[in-house]
Amino acid sequence: MTQPITAAATRPSNGEQLKKHTISILVENKFGAFNRIAGLFAAKGYNIDSLTVGPTEEDDTSRMTVVTRGDDQIIEQIIKQLNKLIDTIKVVDLTFESFVERDLALVKVQSTPETRSEIMQIAEIFRAKVIDISPKTLTLEATGSQQKVDAFIKMLKPFVIKEMARTGRVALKREFQGEV
Amino acid sequence: MSPHKGQQSQHYGKIMTGSEIFVRSLIEEGVEVVFGYPGGAIIGVYDALVDLSDINHVLVRHEQGATHAAEGYAKATGKTGVVLVTSGPGATNTVTGIADAYMDSIPIVVFSGQVPLKLIGNDAFQEADIVGITRPITKHNYLVRDVRELAKTIKEAFYIASTGRPGPVLVDLPKDVMAQKTTFEYPKEVSMRSYNPTVEGHTKQIKKAAELINAAKRPVLYVGGGVIQSNAAQELMALAEKLQCPVTTTLHGLGSFPETNRLSLGMLGMHGTWYSNIAVSYCDMLIAVGARFDDRVTGKVEAFAAEAKKVHIDIDPSAISKNVKVDVPIVGDVKKVLQKLVQMLNKLDTADWLKTIDQWKAEHPLRYKQGNALRAQYVLHKLGEVTKGNAVVVTDVGQHQMWTAQFFTWVHARSHITSGGLGTMGFSLPAAMGAAFGRKDLPVVSVSGDGGFQMNMQEMATIVEHKLPMKIFVINNGFLGMVRQWQELFWRRRYSHVELYNPDFVKLAEAFGCPAMRVTNASEVEGAIRKAMEHKGGPFFIEFAVSKEDNVYPMIPAGQTVNEMLDTPESVEVGADGEVLTDEVKTLSKG
Repeated sequence: MTQPITAAATRPSNGEQLKKHTISILVENKFGAFNRIAGLFAAKGYNIDSLTVGPTEEDDTSRMTVVTRGDDQIIEQIIKQLNKLIDTIKVVDLTFESFVERDLALVKVQSTPETRSEIMQIAEIFRAKVIDISPKTLTLEATGSQQKVDAFIKMLKPFVIKEMARTGRVALKREFQGEV
Repeated sequence: MSPHKGQQSQHYGKIMTGSEIFVRSLIEEGVEVVFGYPGGAIIGVYDALVDLSDINHVLVRHEQGATHAAEGYAKATGKTGVVLVTSGPGATNTVTGIADAYMDSIPIVVFSGQVPLKLIGNDAFQEADIVGITRPITKHNYLVRDVRELAKTIKEAFYIASTGRPGPVLVDLPKDVMAQKTTFEYPKEVSMRSYNPTVEGHTKQIKKAAELINAAKRPVLYVGGGVIQSNAAQELMALAEKLQCPVTTTLHGLGSFPETNRLSLGMLGMHGTWYSNIAVSYCDMLIAVGARFDDRVTGKVEAFAAEAKKVHIDIDPSAISKNVKVDVPIVGDVKKVLQKLVQMLNKLDTADWLKTIDQWKAEHPLRYKQGNALRAQYVLHKLGEVTKGNAVVVTDVGQHQMWTAQFFTWVHARSHITSGGLGTMGFSLPAAMGAAFGRKDLPVVSVSGDGGFQMNMQEMATIVEHKLPMKIFVINNGFLGMVRQWQELFWRRRYSHVELYNPDFVKLAEAFGCPAMRVTNASEVEGAIRKAMEHKGGPFFIEFAVSKEDNVYPMIPAGQTVNEMLDTPESVEVGADGEVLTDEVKTLSKG
């Protein structure tokens, strides 16, 4: 039987069953390059969990890190479609490599004189920093893997999070096969 | 190539405006003809055209006509079509043609004027974000922000449009950038680290494919427009003959393999021949060449060539495993891959397979019954007979398009031009006009329905102005026939807005200055076609008034399988009561 491949947009989007992939895209640092990539995901109906973009070691390139979900065929198409964009220099699916990743979160959490020290203890455990303080709030900065940042936010939830901003994942292939 | 190409070096090092650089760059690219329409934001470029008349500029009557003309020119010649329009509405009017070229992989470059850089984003007069609008329908696009980037950008645009899987490229030209001056220098080569299409097929993959094919008993070649884009008709013939393998083509593949050859199965898919679809469903080896497993070809994907091992040759890696998982994919230029592959193949013993196919052909030919009431099939069948396939035929979209694909005899690559992927009504007339500018060796015939013709009929003026020796046929059934057919078959014959109030087409053509006639009777058809073919010095128009409610068969309803294929019903007769109808059969090949 011929194996059909259904379009990403019409597949069941049961997030739990679809594997997460971290894809690193090196692109020419040109006007509109970001739009082309974001537009591609929208037009083809691919999921985006997070998308970050920033400069690299070279002036004329940017690196985008996309966290997306899909089965093998969708991920294969995503990588092919990304490669098809003229401004794309290199696409790597880091999921199959050993890689380092970081996510950064700024969390403004409600605090009272009674809860402040407890919040700061949690921050210390997660090696988060206090970057702003007011009589009613504390603003904390945490970096780490996505799971660590997720856990940190979970711990702060009971204190009432007033505002939050996250960068999404940035990632690079690991060269040294060990812990640093 | 234009005689001017490569003779421009005497202009290198001169200080010029952006507009002058633009025109010089087109001459460098060997551009012979530009389809365009002026306006405020592009007026400086049009001024430069006054002094540099090496380029033939064709003033169309609507920008959509310009993009379709560029497509027709590109498909008929294999060169890149060029469009020049102004900002705002000029640019947005090109969108349908750009989307059409993207779907059908046609190399065109569209240059659009833009408001001055400092006004971009200000809702300036005739401003539209055409780079944003066309991003998902171009292979690539550019906004030129510095005159020093202009020549390099034009070079890249032509390179990207015409290499790899071809496609449309748009270059947006702000008015102030085009007025700035810099030194003219046209790059000799393009070097882009981010764009290097794979041309040579992987030898290991080709070997694997050859092993599979050599073991086949019932192979079928399924070939698409990629064979024509890659100029690989000869290589395809060599491969088919060596293997003794039957060949079925997609709509865009028509002409890549002569239908007069015994191995030809004609077109496959929704309105393909009965025997091509049956052969695909029975084959044990499907060799897909420059085709993309489009849903109009496959129907229900699970049942498409379900028995077969599959090899897929395509220049676009993303076309592979997009719709159908194949056993051996080969990424590369079709011509180069076929040249290597043929050397590794053996002659297969397909005598029994071909005999079975001959029998299918005899039992289920493409056919219709013809009496006095004129049928479109008869007109298009006769067109093929009168021209013997020696014509460039440009169709529109709908029933006449399928009937032309079925009943014309396709023998030459680049003789069939149509809007396949996007299915753009209004395509034929301007695309045929573009083809007529590029091809003087064969007559160019535009075939439209009464609906589609009225979508771009303004180009009649352009055609008459340039005395293009085109044959313009309108197959008039007074209906949007294909939609009507679907409403009849699948929507309980509840006709909703498919009947057309039409003008007097003959008077209309004559008002444009084009000699015209109306044919209402089958006995007049051949004479009328001959008259059109013999007409010299300009276009000739014929309206064929055909039976109103006629259907295209065979038909595999959308998303279904060959088991649901509707062959031409015996009962389909269009004639007065008691009238004797003659059976007309298209003989594909003499085995």
